[in-house]
Amino acid sequence: MKFTHVLAVAFLALGLAACTKPKQTKPVDSPPAATTETGGASTSAVDETATAAQPLTAQQRALATLKSKNIVYFDYNSSEIPQQYLAVVSANAAYLVKYPTARLRLEGNTDERGSREYNIGLGERRAQTVRRALMAQGVADGQVTTVSYGEERPAVPGDDEAAYAQNRRVEFVYAQ
Amino acid sequence: MQSVKSWVARSAFRPVTLGLVLLLAGTGVGHAQLRLDVTEGVRDAVPIAVVPFGGQAGGGPNDVADIVAGDLRLSGRFAPLDRKDMVARPTSGSEIRFQDWRLLKSDYIVVGRVVTERGVTALAFELFNVQTGEPLLAETVPVPSLNMRAAAHRVADLVFERLTGIPGAFSTRIAYVSVEGTAPSRRYRLLVADADGFNPRAVTESNEPLMSPSWSPDGQELAYVSFETRTSAIYVQRLSTGERRRVSARAGINGAPAFAPDGRRLAVTLSRNGNLDIYILDLGTQALTRVTSDDAIDTEAAWSPDGKSIYFTSDRAGSAQVYRVDLNGAKVAERVTFTNSYNARPRVSPSGTDLAMVTLDRGDYRIAVMDLKSRTLRVLSDGQQDESPSFAPNGATIIYASQSRGSGDLALVSSDGRFQERLRSDSGDVRDPAWSPFPAR
Repeated sequence: MKFTHVLAVAFLALGLAACTKPKQTKPVDSPPAATTETGGASTSAVDETATAAQPLTAQQRALATLKSKNIVYFDYNSSEIPQQYLAVVSANAAYLVKYPTARLRLEGNTDERGSREYNIGLGERRAQTVRRALMAQGVADGQVTTVSYGEERPAVPGDDEAAYAQNRRVEFVYAQ
Repeated sequence: MQSVKSWVARSAFRPVTLGLVLLLAGTGVGHAQLRLDVTEGVRDAVPIAVVPFGGQAGGGPNDVADIVAGDLRLSGRFAPLDRKDMVARPTSGSEIRFQDWRLLKSDYIVVGRVVTERGVTALAFELFNVQTGEPLLAETVPVPSLNMRAAAHRVADLVFERLTGIPGAFSTRIAYVSVEGTAPSRRYRLLVADADGFNPRAVTESNEPLMSPSWSPDGQELAYVSFETRTSAIYVQRLSTGERRRVSARAGINGAPAFAPDGRRLAVTLSRNGNLDIYILDLGTQALTRVTSDDAIDTEAAWSPDGKSIYFTSDRAGSAQVYRVDLNGAKVAERVTFTNSYNARPRVSPSGTDLAMVTLDRGDYRIAVMDLKSRTLRVLSDGQQDESPSFAPNGATIIYASQSRGSGDLALVSSDGRFQERLRSDSGDVRDPAWSPFPAR
């Protein structure tokens, strides 16, 4: 089973897997205060190919609407889901409830501060918080797995608070 | 393929020309070159003259005197005399005019030469006290498989031990992780280099994170965490053959491996429903023994040298602190650290008397050492994001990782905090260092 982001899933669903390698640029949303993430290029690529191919199924359309709702950002040393990201959780929960065969992988991450293995624990705690929130909204246990990368896979480089804020995150990665 | 690079390092006290450090041999891939910078010298470093050895052409990566002097400088305790200031080049004790070296203010002198007898190459060397002319050491060190650097490190070990009473750790190695590239195409490598940063060799590579190398007590194997299957798993790899086994790939986290002093067990961190606890994994039987059972994050196990207790990080009191559990007793964890709001990643000194850790020191993550008897904590490093301390097997030096302005280097600090230097990476980040045990003799 391959895990890819929503964008890459769209590729595969359109039968265009042959034109692309599964390792797509990950779309990374910026947290509210932060700026500058790319991904625009690959987004437009998807839109162009989408028009040329057969229509999306209802599930694929539902999945596509989640691509802007696939990351929850956290406060420093916290695993509590901030108020403004509860809608992200709800949107994903609704999708998973509606499509019980859908499988989600939650990837927990931290900023670079502190020790590495402790940060693996913190990233796992964040992923588990999101997982429990999904289950509280009716998602089945077997639909969601977690992994923690700690500080090993930062979304952006840098050692200022703007970078840290973008790295303290849980990414929602749907399996195909 | 090897190439040597010279440069002038900046010292707080005087410029020092260093000819150390290098590129790898072997695969021919130019990764993770480490470069040594002395960032803080010691005012009372002992002056010593290491005279170029006879029987070999000077210069190049196999220059014995250069390697010995580099090692002694790396310890922070010695200030080798600059070669260009040497007025004579004696290669045996009978050729030394001690008054010359007194004028140059060297306290000690090392002389020697490469000798070959009946087809066996060796380094014959002598150490003298310059003030008294007293001979302190005269030894012949065989050159194994024409590995001149290994023999030269052995000479440095013996000189260091004779003058300090502490066995030298220059014949050891360091394991560390390098990362090149940026998301989403990063390349992670687990490397092993000589203790002076020379000759890095890749143990394994992956596009997914590699972390937390831990040496087996015999120095033959490394345990480490790899995410190559897109989830964490612990592997044990034999360095001589490259052969490896996956020893833990349970659901959830498989992290923070630490070889027990007996070499037959690994302390590991596993998770159940997101709760991290420390277990002991018997490598022969795969049997698991649970060590902690708290709702908090319990991780980063470190064994005491006698194998009777484990120190670890836990945030059971709200923030990360270091705890100790007696493996033979009731397994009730005792809190060890109380200074500062964050203390993590403990490592026990080889003598068992001190604990190195990461501490949050007025807003910066730094390396500190705690005397386990008095429980006093001393901050040794001065970075903002220092982590992963690891003791040299002689306890005299700690290697750690230091991140600044988004790039990661390795750094050394003497256990008394008086001497610091950095091993800078010219390509990519380096991190997660682990100092090997002494080699078997």
